[in-house]
Amino acid sequence: MAIPIRYNLRNLRLRWGATLMTALGVALTVAVASFILALLSGLQRAFQASGNPLNVLVMRKGLSDEVSSSISRSKFGAIKFLPGIAVNAQGRPLASGDLVVVVSLRRRGGDGRANVTLRGLGLQGLALRSGARLLSGHWPQAGRRQVAVGVAVMRQFQNIRLGARLHFGKGDWHVVGVFQDHGSAFDSEIWAPRDEMAADFGRPDFSSVLLRAASPAAASALVRDIESDRRLKLHALTETSYYARQTSSGAPIAFIGGVIAFIMAIGACFAAMNTMYAAVAYRAREIATLRILGFTRPSILLSFVLESVLLTLFGGVLGMLALLPWNGLTTGTLNSTTFSEMVFRLRFTPHVLADALLFALLLGLIGGLAPAWHASRENILTALRG
Amino acid sequence: MSTQTSVSHSTSAAAGAPIVVVSHLCKKFQRDSFAVVALDDVSMQIAAGDFVALMGPSGSGKSTLLNMIAAIDHPTSGELRVMNENVFAFSDHQAAQWRNRHIGYIFQTFNLLPVLTAFENVELPLLLTRLSKAERREHVELALQLVGLGDRMHHLPKQLSGGQEQRVAIARALAADPTLLLADEPTGDLDSGSATEVLEILTRLNRDHGKTVVMVTHDPHAATYARTVRHLEKGRLQN
Repeated sequence: MAIPIRYNLRNLRLRWGATLMTALGVALTVAVASFILALLSGLQRAFQASGNPLNVLVMRKGLSDEVSSSISRSKFGAIKFLPGIAVNAQGRPLASGDLVVVVSLRRRGGDGRANVTLRGLGLQGLALRSGARLLSGHWPQAGRRQVAVGVAVMRQFQNIRLGARLHFGKGDWHVVGVFQDHGSAFDSEIWAPRDEMAADFGRPDFSSVLLRAASPAAASALVRDIESDRRLKLHALTETSYYARQTSSGAPIAFIGGVIAFIMAIGACFAAMNTMYAAVAYRAREIATLRILGFTRPSILLSFVLESVLLTLFGGVLGMLALLPWNGLTTGTLNSTTFSEMVFRLRFTPHVLADALLFALLLGLIGGLAPAWHASRENILTALRG
Repeated sequence: MSTQTSVSHSTSAAAGAPIVVVSHLCKKFQRDSFAVVALDDVSMQIAAGDFVALMGPSGSGKSTLLNMIAAIDHPTSGELRVMNENVFAFSDHQAAQWRNRHIGYIFQTFNLLPVLTAFENVELPLLLTRLSKAERREHVELALQLVGLGDRMHHLPKQLSGGQEQRVAIARALAADPTLLLADEPTGDLDSGSATEVLEILTRLNRDHGKTVVMVTHDPHAATYARTVRHLEKGRLQN
């Protein structure tokens, strides 16, 4: 049996000053790492919640985003009757040619301006995005210069509310509705009737076409057929795939956050190492006594590594507790695909918390290994003399 | 443990047969530019069931010899067999396990772990045995009662007097029912009253429970409790 864990816990409590200082250092490091993980988790959640697996998004060949894509009305006419496309109650194919542009809006709190995706929906556009629900007002009606805004746009930008007027294109647009789509990327968009937008922005063609397949197999077949048709020169993929690819927008956050967390982790490791070296030096005689009682070198090593891990786990828990009140906080980042603001929520999921604890555990392992090794290798007689 | 059953186990070697055999033991080391001879051709035997006092002034080599018997120090040359085992042939791991089974070590400075209670300190060597929790509890309680501290089980070392701490240390040394009790100046840090209590406990363990005791001391009064007294001076056995 190993040295009892209460020996380590009580020693940590006995040296509470050093324990607390080290734990706070670790807490800060774990908090930064958790924050980055929560950001990425929120961003990933937003993109993964976007789209419908039965929807097939079509863009111009060679392009990977809707904003720079362009599809002529004639091509739309050619693809909307392809086999496998679902039809509505009136027997019309569920297909929508959409126009996507970006407009610049002022952020809340005077924090400069940011691009927002403005989507002009075709006649079937709303039917194809059945996840979107109105929170207030009504959907825009054609010919009245009306828009509906995603709930994240309303939260992040100045003067965006029901009844507000937005200026873009050739004049003012009236906000008549606020919608939500389960925290997806659509929550960061403004939707308007396509044909009015096309006139305002001088864009007669569509940016993309969205098709609803009759079945998952039909969706695959549609993608294959459109991709392989050399006359169309179009690129097709499922809507969910399109948004899943955009999670790469979190790459800069992951990189910068990773570098910061790594540098801080080195500091935290050294803090833990320093504390554990002090503990080993202070308890040299105890270690020698344990060896004389029959505890082996590996059990001494294990005991001190465990103590280091307990120390950093305590710090990790402190760090996570400090961050929990931020759970659900709304923030935004630049979507590197559409160059517009992507608003999402910080999400401290069980997975994020488990990763943060694992990170704290690793800090303890790395920081505690050298002092524990030193403790286990110390000569008994030298240690007994203190 | 020092019950009737366990006593018969720990004295399984025939009474009077040598339990420790020391042959031409030498220990030399370099301290700065001086060659120090800690043990110089020491040969002796310790009989099972004996209570031996190793006496001598500071630096005479008595603690060095005790540590060699406990397999925590190694000689420059010579042999030492404990229970017919060559303890110097043990690996570090084997030595630790062997000490746990056969040696009870009592320190001058008690060396209790300050964050553990008397009960938990005494239980430590038992954690390395196959005893169940209930059996460990039984052993610990018996050992603490044997040293008169049955009512101090849940006290931390800082809540005990020096004499009580040393008695807990004796209980810890006894708990795993070792063959040999090795005591390094066990009364060195105690007042005379506490020292007498500790010596009486060691005498009782030797006399009533058949434990072989080897005690290092430079106190002539303490040595009077032993059955056999051996003197070391400058690393050489005198008698």
